[in-house]
Amino acid sequence: MLAFIVTTLLCFVIYLLLTTGSGTEIVILNEDFLSWSYAEIILGLILSIIVGIIARKVFVKDNYRMANIVRWFRFLAYICGPFFVGMAKANIDVAYRVITGKINPGIVKISPNLKTDLGITMLANSITLTPGTLSVDIDEEKNDLYIHWINVKKEALKKKPVDCKYICGEFPKWIRRITE
Amino acid sequence: MIEAETLYLILGLLILSIVLCIIRVFKGPTAPDRVVGLDTINTLVIVSMIVYGLVSSSVIYIDVAIVYALLSYISTLFIAKYLEGGEF
Amino acid sequence: MSISQIVDYIAIILLAIGTFFSILGGLGLLRFPDVYTRLHAGTKCTTFGAIFICGSVVLLGLKMWYFANPDGSVLTIHTIGALIAILVTNPTGAHAIARAAHRSGVKPVGAVVDDLEGKTLRKSISKKKEADK
Repeated sequence: MLAFIVTTLLCFVIYLLLTTGSGTEIVILNEDFLSWSYAEIILGLILSIIVGIIARKVFVKDNYRMANIVRWFRFLAYICGPFFVGMAKANIDVAYRVITGKINPGIVKISPNLKTDLGITMLANSITLTPGTLSVDIDEEKNDLYIHWINVKKEALKKKPVDCKYICGEFPKWIRRITE
Repeated sequence: MIEAETLYLILGLLILSIVLCIIRVFKGPTAPDRVVGLDTINTLVIVSMIVYGLVSSSVIYIDVAIVYALLSYISTLFIAKYLEGGEF
Repeated sequence: MSISQIVDYIAIILLAIGTFFSILGGLGLLRFPDVYTRLHAGTKCTTFGAIFICGSVVLLGLKMWYFANPDGSVLTIHTIGALIAILVTNPTGAHAIARAAHRSGVKPVGAVVDDLEGKTLRKSISKKKEADK
């Protein structure tokens, strides 16, 4: 029941955000922003209840850990801080390699020791968007990631699996704080 | 306000990069190469739609861009699954 | 120089950076030797370019909103929605293509090391599913 309510509310909020300025019957701030017509609101409620019935088991898995608002603020800080800096570095790096054509690729294995599915998804996406790395495959039993690395450093290969700090820096610590 | 010519120039440059991706789609030696080209074309088309929505100041293009982003993502996942040869 | 002109110049600079990275993505797609490195160029550069171009459009939409143009608020909110859609879907799609390429037998060209070589992760998982049944 709680899963159904959470899914329906989220759908309804997204629907309202996408249909602002549709009419002038309900006005909150002024007529240009946050104003809806009755038809949009009724249609949005019906649609989000249908979506909530269908998708309640898909959207909310087993725990309500991400319902804590502090985790969302940490997530925003992670996106704006280390993630964006890493992404800018990645793009300058790729630009250098596109122009000069120097590459030294390889596929390495790392074990970040994250437990939740959401955490491993976030780490894989972050790795794909940050310096010279691309997640290729995942070992679902141990949550190990296989990473394609565009410029393999020799000193990183001495230990297997490769240390996380060469690939993704401080990201696992941040993600553990967000999701666990 | 930015002149419309500047925005049309930027649209032209984006279409130039789409053309580069189309060359890769035609040349690509293996099937995954072609899929990479198509995926890149999808992102560039979304961005061009957003810029064109700004030029013509009509929001409907940006709505279409959102729907196009989600649908192209699903099509990419399906093609990847097909290349893998797994069951759906 | 008024506020409006300064905002216009910032928006043009952001648009130029975004377009530069988009063209770089196309060039990288042509220059790199194999699927994985092409994915590097295609995914990272176009996502970064999309962030800058959408940021510029959001800035111009906020300016229109400030000067009481009714299109401004809708433009801003919908562009942020499109940007979030791109940011969530792009790396996941790249990961799916990379996994499909490796499982369909494409080897990385000139690889120094390949830890995934010869491993069949999917078979072990399907065996586990059969065992569960």
